[in-house]
Amino acid sequence: MESLLETSSSMLFTAFILYLVATFFFGFTIKDKTSEEKRSGFAGKLAITLTIIGLVAQLVYFITRWMASGHAPVSNMFEFVTFLGMCLVLAFIIIWFIYKFNLLGLFALPIAMIFIAYASMFPTEISPLVPSLKSHWLYIHVTTVALGSGILFISFVAGLIYLIHGINQSERNARTVSLEIVLYIIFLIIGFVVISSVFGAMNYNATFEYDLNGKTTQTEYNLPAIAAPYEGNLLTENVMEPWFDTPEWMHGADAGRKFNSVIWSFIVGTLIYALTRLVLRKRIGAAIQPMLKNVKPDLVDEINYRSVAIGFPVFTLGGLIFASIWAQEAWGRFWGWDPKEVWALITWFFYAAYLHLRLSRGWHGEKSAWLAVIGFGIILFNLIVVNLVLAGLHSYA
Amino acid sequence: MKHIKCECGHVNPEGTVLCEACGKPIEENQYIDGNDKKKLLNMRYEGSARRSTTYNKTVVDKVWNFFSSVKVAVWLIVIALIASGIGTILPLEQYIPMDAISRDPAIFYPETYGLFGKIFYQLGFHNLYSSWWYLILIASIGVSLVICSIDRFVPLYRALKRQKAKRHESFINRQRLYSETESVLNDEIQTVKERLEKNRYRIKEEDNHIVAEKGRFSRWGPYVNHIGLIIILVAALIRTIPFFYMDDYVWIREGELRVVPGTNGEYYIENHEFILDTYSEDDERFKDAIAKQGMIIPSNFQTNATIYKAKDAEVLGAEEDHEKVGDFQISMNKPAKFGGYTLYQQGYQLNEFSKMTFKLYEMNDPEADALGEFTIDLFDPKSEYELDNGFKIEVTEYYPDYSLTENGVTSKTNDSNNPAFIFNLHMPENEDSETSFVGDVIGSAEKLGIDTSVVELKPMGDVIGTFAATVPGSEDNQYKILIDSIQFDRKSGLSVKRDYTLPLFVLGAIIFMIGVIQGMYWQHRRVWIHPKNDGILLAGHTNKNWFGLKKDIEKVIEGTSIKMVEDQKEDE
Repeated sequence: MESLLETSSSMLFTAFILYLVATFFFGFTIKDKTSEEKRSGFAGKLAITLTIIGLVAQLVYFITRWMASGHAPVSNMFEFVTFLGMCLVLAFIIIWFIYKFNLLGLFALPIAMIFIAYASMFPTEISPLVPSLKSHWLYIHVTTVALGSGILFISFVAGLIYLIHGINQSERNARTVSLEIVLYIIFLIIGFVVISSVFGAMNYNATFEYDLNGKTTQTEYNLPAIAAPYEGNLLTENVMEPWFDTPEWMHGADAGRKFNSVIWSFIVGTLIYALTRLVLRKRIGAAIQPMLKNVKPDLVDEINYRSVAIGFPVFTLGGLIFASIWAQEAWGRFWGWDPKEVWALITWFFYAAYLHLRLSRGWHGEKSAWLAVIGFGIILFNLIVVNLVLAGLHSYA
Repeated sequence: MKHIKCECGHVNPEGTVLCEACGKPIEENQYIDGNDKKKLLNMRYEGSARRSTTYNKTVVDKVWNFFSSVKVAVWLIVIALIASGIGTILPLEQYIPMDAISRDPAIFYPETYGLFGKIFYQLGFHNLYSSWWYLILIASIGVSLVICSIDRFVPLYRALKRQKAKRHESFINRQRLYSETESVLNDEIQTVKERLEKNRYRIKEEDNHIVAEKGRFSRWGPYVNHIGLIIILVAALIRTIPFFYMDDYVWIREGELRVVPGTNGEYYIENHEFILDTYSEDDERFKDAIAKQGMIIPSNFQTNATIYKAKDAEVLGAEEDHEKVGDFQISMNKPAKFGGYTLYQQGYQLNEFSKMTFKLYEMNDPEADALGEFTIDLFDPKSEYELDNGFKIEVTEYYPDYSLTENGVTSKTNDSNNPAFIFNLHMPENEDSETSFVGDVIGSAEKLGIDTSVVELKPMGDVIGTFAATVPGSEDNQYKILIDSIQFDRKSGLSVKRDYTLPLFVLGAIIFMIGVIQGMYWQHRRVWIHPKNDGILLAGHTNKNWFGLKKDIEKVIEGTSIKMVEDQKEDE
């Protein structure tokens, strides 16, 4: 049992490292393409091979963890976000074999890695399934949703490449700033991962006592408390005193801790971003742009559309149809306007609008790329904000 | 209606842009699809006559044109998704937590969320998804779906059905993929034709004019998926009719036999046992997570029940009149299904108080000799209890489900989940009386760290009572009333549903998925061969994936003298 779990987590780590190495090799293909050769080159082939081995390693993680827990490891935030990263890699591999487009890997794999790293910031213990989750539909619904989302993420990656490639960086305007904000948000997530890992390695802990709906509850901070829970008392000694209280209107369990994490992510993310800007002396977008000068925008646009075309039906099936069937089986209502359900519907509406705008009103190229970026934002909102803030049936972290 | 006769002899309906038969552009209507400004023809709807682009005079025309616009449809979708998003910021009315300050939305939202909560409530977002304006929005999307589909499908179907192999030259040379070859041998044309057939193109010929066509059905994909969505919306509408959708709830104690509500007295349920299983803290796999969460995690909620059918619905009562339908183990994700009804395990109450026995003591009696006792049946509480020795206990206040909030003392529900009493004790010897507060056993159990939602109090019923609060009304109280023992009931909450609209939803979903796949993963490709003098004009059209069509054409003309088509796509 223990050894299974050990195998499992070391396999996840292996996969992470392999994706990292593969990213570098995808990076080497930038020069490759300048020669305009059809053959995808040694670096590209090596990179995709490494990616596939990485995916296999992650599959081993998935299977061994399943064996250890007795249920599919998609039942808490750590497991689900990790799985989402895996689906993104799988979708990337499929798209790679259709288009043989190496640069996609240079962006897709780091995003998958950020997913896995972000997931690891949540409790990684195997948690038991509560009765409502004990259903085969757990596997069917969750895996299909994740797969659909993973494919839709590729459209974001393609959109991002399109925008970085295409937006004129010589002046500061709404487009360059918007693109820079998108990149900045990625830095914020990295900031969260970095700071959580640092204090996680130190086993930092500060416990607070606060009032939750009339009951005195304890909450554990794993980051030094900048914002304490509203009217909370610090119980742990010899740790940093909080600077201020979380505002009263932020409700729910652990609102203070979550707000504190957000503050830290902003501080550290902004710091890393500022340092990067200082070194580069230009916008991040402008710095990456030259690497993409050989990108064919038509191809990237096609990948953007193709991944929505594949991802949308898969998402519909998993996020709405299978979800409804399960909800009917468990609660006798296939639709209950739970925040998670509503946001799945919003995601669906959004990509439906994307398809209508593209197929019937000719929104190609940059417009499509922006839509793909917004779509990614909506899915992430449903994953992070809805789970952690707008708690409902799906709040599992 | 004005008809337009083309030079090929075909009579087209008013508003036609390209002749349905030969494709010749009809001069006066070119502005409709914007063909007058471009070299290439707009082939989206085959230049067919759509109502929305033809008439714009009457109110009906205006309404029709409004709803048939994709732009309007997208705006409706955008508004719907923004509104839906706002609706998720705060919990809906039905999700107001049980332990909220008040379950009255008028109090809950402003009290819990301040000004924003007040605005949220006053704008009706607390029941957004059943508010009239949200329903109008969704209905408008439905109307838009229907009108968009009819507006385009009917003429498109006509145009594709009536198309001829022989096309007008101006139709051919204004296609995106086009080439002209001066001289072509007949054999070569034959070869191309055979290869096209081998590639599963259907060939139609007329005076040596050829059209090869493939995958026309994919053009219907969007309309098919819209039909699926319309069916789903209709199903949602029908579901509001009580006959089609019934929803009820029953609480049933262990050992109890009750009629299943909503079945018109047709079915009865007997609860043999309610089972609550929890994960063991010693479980090898989960012990870390359980320790970290610091609470008991349930693994199964189950009601073992028997369902009976009344032999004659008119005669209610004794068990002999019932015919057994079957034994069911109803648990989460495993509902019981019988006679069109479904029972879902939905809730439970481990510690419902059924009887409480109290004892009366003198205030500072070191011997603790009870002066008397009385028992309150919580399903039938009396207003007065007289003891043998002449003491009289008057129940001045009874809170079945006691809770202390900022607004004072209330009873959250009318179920005896956490009884509390204010007693007025009348002495036998004189007119004096004194008050005391007794109860809130759940509160005191929770103070001891017992999670009463998963832990049964039954085994410790006698002990737990002694921890409960007894607050004398004043400092000079001479007597105290203590809880002596408690009887608990375990009850199970089952929701009862009957939904005749489910098959309709399933049908809608299946049709939607078929439509999406049909429209998305196939393409409608056509290749025209148009003889001209000794040579031919070659043209191709597809509704998407031009690259694929180019490859097809490349393959079929390989080795012939026919020139490869050129992509005439203009730079926009």
